[in-house]
Parts: sequence; structure tokens; C-alpha cells
Amino acid sequence: MSIADDLIPPRPAPPVKAFRWTGLRILGASLLGLWILAGIALVLWLIDAWDIDKVTTYGPKFLSGLATTLTLVAISVSLGALLSVPIAFGRMSSNRFISSIAYGYVYFFRGTPLIAQLFLIYYGFGSFRDEFEAVGLWVFFRDAWNCALFAFTLNTAAYQAEILRGAIESVTRGQHEGAAALGLTRLQTFHRIIMPQAMIVALRPYGNEIILMIKGSAIVAIVTVFDLMGETRRAYSRTFDFQTYIWAAVFYLVIVEALRNIWEKLEQRLTRHLNR
Amino acid sequence: MEPTATLGGQLYAFVSLFDPFCGPFGLLNLLPEGSLLSCGDTGWGDEVARGFFVTITLALCTLPIGLIIGLFLALAKQTEIRTLRTAANIYTTIFRGLPELLTIFMIYFGLQIAVREVAIALGFERGFDINSFIAGTIALSLVFSAYASEVLSSAFKAIPKGQYEAGHALGLRPGKTMRLIILPQLVRIALPGLGNLWMILIKDTALISVIGLGDTLRQTGIAAKVTKEAFFFYGTACLLFLALAMASSVVFSKIETWVRRSGVNQ
Repeated sequence: MSIADDLIPPRPAPPVKAFRWTGLRILGASLLGLWILAGIALVLWLIDAWDIDKVTTYGPKFLSGLATTLTLVAISVSLGALLSVPIAFGRMSSNRFISSIAYGYVYFFRGTPLIAQLFLIYYGFGSFRDEFEAVGLWVFFRDAWNCALFAFTLNTAAYQAEILRGAIESVTRGQHEGAAALGLTRLQTFHRIIMPQAMIVALRPYGNEIILMIKGSAIVAIVTVFDLMGETRRAYSRTFDFQTYIWAAVFYLVIVEALRNIWEKLEQRLTRHLNR
Repeated sequence: MEPTATLGGQLYAFVSLFDPFCGPFGLLNLLPEGSLLSCGDTGWGDEVARGFFVTITLALCTLPIGLIIGLFLALAKQTEIRTLRTAANIYTTIFRGLPELLTIFMIYFGLQIAVREVAIALGFERGFDINSFIAGTIALSLVFSAYASEVLSSAFKAIPKGQYEAGHALGLRPGKTMRLIILPQLVRIALPGLGNLWMILIKDTALISVIGLGDTLRQTGIAAKVTKEAFFFYGTACLLFLALAMASSVVFSKIETWVRRSGVNQ
């Protein structure tokens, strides 16, 4: 057996690698430079194209369009959340008839484009005008705004039902058993044990769904609802000024990014007990 | 000249033998004469079928472009070079944050303006029209690649560092490590996410109808306006999209089992 009798002498730390302009660094710098240049050019162009007449004419319209978009999304997401509860429970039902109806509903609304659903309701329901008039519903479906609200609610209910179902099913069986052992009723179990845990799982998908709805709501402009996109299209068709689209893009990006960041903060706050 | 006289005409005649809608063995031929969806001049079957093929072509053209851009974006996002990462993240933020419809309009009108400016600067009298198919492919590729880069970069994160080190230890160059070791595993991890993106892509193609491309939704829309049978035709459009989604999910589960075969830890 050999014994080391002298230690390795201390050595300096390895030298810091000299900065070198590799091909990838040059690519990265030039791509970032391109973005910065594009951003500066955009700002300069917007300043150059700033026209106080257009701003006073179309500025308030843009803001009212923005309000329309946000109202539409807020109402349809809330109504969809209500509607999604029975659908989610239908999906989880052991009755095959109920669960297959709920599955069919979810499959239809998630498998077809929202714009096709909107057309089916807005234009398609016109085929049944007499029937709707007979039951007094035609007043509702005559209006594009109502049709959009109806279509969006049905659509988001399908997506939210899947989010809810996934979240509820992600709660482990032990939690149900623990609640049963404590003698809680089914309603108490659901309210006190299952829901709080499920909602944390569902938080992120819900945020994504709201963002998807804000982006998806732009299609109501096609059926003559003047939301942000509708006002943009109207302004463009009158001025042929491309900056209307740029402003719309800025508005949408700001809303989506703000919502994303708020949601992230919210999630961090609500899950802070899970961080160790 | 007879349409079948040329080689292209013969090829077309041959391909249309296998047309599942209006070919000799097509489904729509089973309908009674004079129904709304029958083929030929009496019904709208052939027009709708043509739109359906445009939808599929558009999605299939977008997929490879979007995947390649998305892969490069994902690679950029996982380098140590901060400028490259930031550039890729800006791209993703923009194209994931904008509504798809707005992206489509901006590409369609913006490209039109840009091409006109360039053409006039080059000395042409006026610009050229941008094909709505091309504008749609570009717009959808931008959106698809932004989403795909997120799916792929999270798949990259799931591959342990040891795989790269093993490639290095075997004496493979970085490019070869990527191709032979990383990508096969990446595909397996990213496939479910990419499958979802494909479904979203199919649904997004319907938006291209607003810039005048004769896809499923536009063709059914024209039929609806002419015949005043809006519910029937938009319902047909929905069912066609549903059929496409079903077919895709069958194909994807086949691909997934095929890819999973070579997995180690299944």
C-alpha cells in the first residue's frame, strides 16, 4: 500500500476563457441587432406617420373596440366557466349515455375552428328563422354580438370542461379516501378537499384559455362586430394606412403580455406554500 | 385540345380516379341526383371537395416550414449565447401574442405594400399581387414555428446532459451528436405536443379564408350564399374539419406507437 507523502501543490484556477467572436455569437448579435433596428424603425415610422386628425378620429374608436373585445371575452369566459361544470361532470359520469354526450360536445367544439362555429351560428341559424321567431329567440340570434357571445361561450365551455376534468382527476384517490375517513360528506369533500387542490392545477391552463380567447375574439370582426380588430379593419379600409394594423398589434401584444405576467405572479402567490 | 391529351391532363385524370369525394368511386356519387352536395354542375360537392384539398395542402405546406424554423428557434433558445436566446424569445413573444387573424392580415397587406415598394424601386410600373396561399403559408408558418419552438425547447430540456457528453466521449462532432443522439429522442418527447399543434394548425387554416383563399370554409360559404342553405353548408364545413381532426389523431397515434417502439424505458 502506498501512502502519499506530499500533497499536490496548490494551483491557480483555470484561466477565464477569452471572449471570442464565434460564428454563433455573430449570428446572435446580428439577429438581435436586426430586432432592435426593426423596433427603432417602427417607432420612427410611427412618429413620422403620426397624424393628429387620424388619432382624434380613430383613437377613441380603437379604445371602444378594445373595451368591446375585453367585455366579450370577460362575459363569454365567465358564462363558459359556469357551463363547463356540468360538462366536466358529464365527462366523468359513469353513465355511458351522459358521458358520451359530453364527450361528443367537447370533441365537436375542440375539433372544429372557432370561425366555422361562429359562421354556423351567425349565418347558419338564419336557416331556421321561422322556428326561432316562433319561440321568440330570433331577436337574440339576429344580432352579431349575441351570436359571437353564444359561439364563444359554447367554445370556451368545451375547453374549460377539459381543463376542469383534468384538474379534478389529477387529485389522487388518497385525498378522497382521507376525506371519507374523516367522515366528510361528498359535497364537503369536493368543496374543501378536491377543489382547492384542483384549482391550483387548473390555474395555468385557465390563464392560457383566457389568452387564447382574447386572441380568438379577433374573428368577430368578420361578422360585423366592431371589436379592436373590427375597428382596425374599418380604419384601414378608410385610410389605407398600414399603421392601423401596427397599433392593433401593439394593443394586443400589451394585453396578452400583461395578462401573462399578472397570471404568473398570481400563480406564484397562490402556490407559495408548495415551494420549499 | 382535349384535356386528357397532355401528360398533365392524363396525370390529373389518373389522380382523380382516387378522389374520395367526386372520383369514379367517390362518396358523393352515392347521393341522389340534384342534391346540394352532388358533383358536377348541379351540386356543390366538387367545389367543397376542392376547398377541402386546399385546406389540407395549406396545412401540409406550413408544417415542414414551421417545424424547421421552430427547430432552429429551439436550438437558439438553449444556447449559452444570450443575444441569440433573446432574439429567439422576442420572435416567440410577438407571434404567440398576436391574434392569428391579425398576423394573417399584416402579412397579406404588409407584404403587398412591401412588394409594391420594392417593385417600384426596381423600376416596374406597379407591384405584383401576392397570392393569398403564399401569404397564408407564411403567416401560419410564423405562428406555428413560435409555438413549435416552445414545445421543442421544453423537449430539449427533458434530454439529460449526459447524452451530449456521451456523444462527445464517442468522438462525435456536435452536429452529428445532434442528428444521431439528440434528435431521435427529441422526436419521441415532442411528438404529443407537436400533434396538438398540428390540430391547432388545421383549425387556423380556416382563418385564411378571410383573405380570399378558396379553402373549405370559403367554398362552403359561397355555396351557402348562393343556395341560402347556410346551416347545411357551414355544418358540412364543421364536419369536414372534424373528419380531418379524427384522421389526424388516428395517424398521430400510429406514429406515436411507431416512434415509441425504439424507446428504452417504456
